[in-house]
Amino acid sequence: MEFIAIIVGGIFINNYIFSRFLGLCPFLGVSKQIETASGMGMAVVFVMALASAVTWLIQHFILVPLELEYMQTVAFILVIASLVQFVEMVIMKVSPELYQALGIYLPLITTNCAVLGVAILNVTEDYGFLAAVVNGTASALGWTLAILLFAGIRERWVFNDIPASMQGFPIALVSTGLMSIAFFGFQGLFRGILF
Amino acid sequence: MGRMVSTFFNGVINENPTLRLVIGMCPVLAVTTAVVNGFWMGVAVIFVLTASNILISLLRNVTPAQVRIPFFIVVIATFTTIADLVLAAFQPDIHATLGLFIPLIVVNCIILGRAEAVASRNTVPLSIMDGLGMGTGFTLALIILASIREILGAGTWFGLPVMPEGFEPAVVMILPPGAFVSLGFLLGAMNLITARLSNRPMGSKSQSSGSAGQKLEG
Repeated sequence: MEFIAIIVGGIFINNYIFSRFLGLCPFLGVSKQIETASGMGMAVVFVMALASAVTWLIQHFILVPLELEYMQTVAFILVIASLVQFVEMVIMKVSPELYQALGIYLPLITTNCAVLGVAILNVTEDYGFLAAVVNGTASALGWTLAILLFAGIRERWVFNDIPASMQGFPIALVSTGLMSIAFFGFQGLFRGILF
Repeated sequence: MGRMVSTFFNGVINENPTLRLVIGMCPVLAVTTAVVNGFWMGVAVIFVLTASNILISLLRNVTPAQVRIPFFIVVIATFTTIADLVLAAFQPDIHATLGLFIPLIVVNCIILGRAEAVASRNTVPLSIMDGLGMGTGFTLALIILASIREILGAGTWFGLPVMPEGFEPAVVMILPPGAFVSLGFLLGAMNLITARLSNRPMGSKSQSSGSAGQKLEG
């Protein structure tokens, strides 16, 4: 039951874009086409699940026993940066096809604040190992859902007559705001059933 | 001296990281529920940005080019940790409200971007002015957006009531949708003002920087 609450919460209620404001740079930058958006989404799911697992182990087996919790930010960002580099090399060796699909998105993910954000949230929420990995995966799926929906809307802008001063980022932010209102509906939908 | 001043104002106006370059958006939207939060977030960013610019500029001649990015990240993470601990000690309420977004200064693209573009190839004084300018520009943008959201959403400014008696606050402005929509219209207004100014025969100064959001992304 705890896992179901984490999954529904991560995807719909505390959606990383619409309510937590994490990972906005790639959300606005790589959402011009559904195809690139789904590539980025896959890469984010992969890295966030892996980063949740690795940072949980670092926190509970290195930082806590040595009483180095204040080094959290430094340790996590270094781990995530090297993890992304490592994943990139492994994928390149093991599956060139997958590398072709994800390759260009992986370096971008290091500076995606959603990855560091989920690592820190796992610690502040005091999740166990499995819960942390489930949370990382679910949050990343929620992020992917958001960017796919947004890319679908964005592809249709070509047919719309948008005022010159609102083109680009302004209209993107206003559309995101309207989608965020729609996602508020989920809060009421699941309240009372799960929380 | 003139170059120092122009570097400072370049960060505040022409290349304002939030309103012109549109980078590092996550904290901008997340912490602007009240002006006081935006102010402290801005102070933290000014500190981290200026301090890391100083250190990176000092060590620019001994940093091997191949490992410069990991080096920048370690420097930025160190100063972010300092800011985090200092805020937790002296402003515990603010620290609790900003929460996650203080450690996330590490992955703010403004800071790594300035380290790479300015501090790693310029003298210390110039890097300081750039850090101060960019940080002030960021803080100003946060305060403008937070003012809009706090006045409309709570009827207060810096916690002081400013609206007339019968004003009914629109709570949605404090909630996430209000953040997106008001920043969207703020950027749109900036574009409109810039376009009007550059159409005037004398005001051609800011033409080179282009309109917000069309120059950089991600």
